[in-house]
Amino acid sequence: MTAIPLSQTSPAPHKVVTQESPQVRRILILLALSFLSLFLLLPLVAVFFEALRKGWEVYFVAITEPDALAAIRLTLIAAAIAIPLNLLFGIAAAWTIAKFEFRGKSILTSLIDLPFSVSPVVAGLIYVLIFGLQGWAGPWLREHDLSVIFAVPGIVLATIFVTVPFIARELIPLMQAQGSEEEEAAIILGASGWQTLWYVTLPNIKWGLLYGTILCNARAMGEFGAVSVVSGHIRGLTNTLSLHVEILYNEYNFVAAFAVASLLALLALVTLALKTLVEAKVAQQASRGNHS
Amino acid sequence: MTIEIRNLSRQFGAFTALNNINLKVRPGELLALLGPSGSGKTTLLRVIAGLETADSGQVLFNQEDSTDKHIRDRHVGFVFQHYALFRNMTIFDNVAFGLRVRPGKQRPGNREIHQRVTELLQLVQLDWLADRYPHQLSGGQRQRIALARALAVEPGVLLLDEPFGALDAKVRKELRAWLRKLHDDMHMTSIFVTHDQEEALEVADRIVVMNRGCIEQIGTPDEVYEKPANPFVYEFLGHVNLFHGRVHQGHAWIGDLEVDAPEYPEAEDLNAIAYVRPHDIEVNRTLNGEPALAARIVHILAIGPIVRLELAGQDNQSADNIYAEISKARFRELRLAKGDQVFIKPRRLDLFPGDRHLALS
Repeated sequence: MTAIPLSQTSPAPHKVVTQESPQVRRILILLALSFLSLFLLLPLVAVFFEALRKGWEVYFVAITEPDALAAIRLTLIAAAIAIPLNLLFGIAAAWTIAKFEFRGKSILTSLIDLPFSVSPVVAGLIYVLIFGLQGWAGPWLREHDLSVIFAVPGIVLATIFVTVPFIARELIPLMQAQGSEEEEAAIILGASGWQTLWYVTLPNIKWGLLYGTILCNARAMGEFGAVSVVSGHIRGLTNTLSLHVEILYNEYNFVAAFAVASLLALLALVTLALKTLVEAKVAQQASRGNHS
Repeated sequence: MTIEIRNLSRQFGAFTALNNINLKVRPGELLALLGPSGSGKTTLLRVIAGLETADSGQVLFNQEDSTDKHIRDRHVGFVFQHYALFRNMTIFDNVAFGLRVRPGKQRPGNREIHQRVTELLQLVQLDWLADRYPHQLSGGQRQRIALARALAVEPGVLLLDEPFGALDAKVRKELRAWLRKLHDDMHMTSIFVTHDQEEALEVADRIVVMNRGCIEQIGTPDEVYEKPANPFVYEFLGHVNLFHGRVHQGHAWIGDLEVDAPEYPEAEDLNAIAYVRPHDIEVNRTLNGEPALAARIVHILAIGPIVRLELAGQDNQSADNIYAEISKARFRELRLAKGDQVFIKPRRLDLFPGDRHLALS
């Protein structure tokens, strides 16, 4: 009988089972970094590089010429209408879904997600089908001298459609995690529905609300597909920033196209920074429950 | 305030949470709703508060039908198991909330609110925490603040839903005694829900034992402990030993042990179960002429003034091991050791004819 040395049966003591060897780690990091640079960083740099290729002066002219300014204005208008409406809808929908039990709740939840699953082009076409000249409401609209398609209302509608899920989606899990005991406590203490909403519910979700709004804003300003279908591409009238970029690019006006695109890219960067800041606050608010 | 509940029923789908409940709460008493989870005790409390509606039946406050009254108009104070403090407000603002949301004319001035809140925070001995936020407090502190917040609106009745359920054992005991004292000082009617029988026995004036949406027994802690109305109450309240036996013409047999059962003079050879509390079991070394059951000591727990013995019965009178509690003095006198044979005799037992699973359903 021979004694078996212990070291043969037990694994090396310093080895951590969840850690790979240094070479494998280096290769994985390199892969991830090169992927990120190629698909995210490079295009971003290219946008600013192309935009400034002919100097700052040309850049400023490109973004301050009347058509560009009109596009900026329209983009801001669409966002300024879509966001408050989505705020109201998002809070109401999240409140309903998170705090009450009712029949058809899962259907409502899927409906809110619909804009995520439907192609934006289809969304735009739906509005053309309803409000267009040949659409269901077309003759009535023409009689009353109203236009929705190829006009600002159509762009606003399309923007609202694609941004519906953002705020509600952000709030539902947050409100579900917080439960409704605080609201019950407020009502027992004599608070009215509005007082409960204003003093208890809204302060508890404010960071989630801001986070949803930031995402909603980014999508509202950057939307292309749905808006493109209903816009009609009338320069200075129904062009949003992203549509304006497309027109300039199709006219081989690359510098101007990239200059306007750089505005959208800047918006994205600002959104990203804000999002990172707010994200931490949301996590804090969700975890700072009453449960010890 | 008196509270009366008449024929209250509540169904959640196929689950009966409350089944025709009738209950009168006396003014100024501290009433415990005691039962296992799913017994309907929390639903009953929430229906009284107005947080839940009943399918049928009435809730009366001071003889006045309040079934359809809105929560706001019921003037109840409610304390939640998980405190439900407003996380975005300071402790001071939490307690002041009920006063600040009052409509214009009834709302006290700022100075009055400040004074009232300070008084309440002193009452719960936490005035030094006024500027903190709920997440900075311990569980016990939070529950005291929740209580102060509920008392701020001077409710006619205080309802507490498992108020100490989320706290650790030591804090729970402290708060229990403190709640009892607070209740006595405030002269108000209070109802609290608990699944902890020790808590109910220790704190309440009367206990309502609930099971499967029905009330099994209402009585003082002494009554429900000493005279349980049925096997469920017996097994739910305190430790108990269960023996199987037979009843025949006013006598009962458990193994060789014969006891009088004058309540059942007409019984003809019926199956029966008998309950004996551990402290009602007499332990002897030898047979002293009287009938007794033989048992062997399996385990001895001798911490504190009471010694707990775990005994294995030598006939099949008991399905499980038998637990007996004797004083330390008696334990020393008998010089008991693990493995010894002893003779046990119940000083007092309660008989229920039938089988256990039948008796409990």
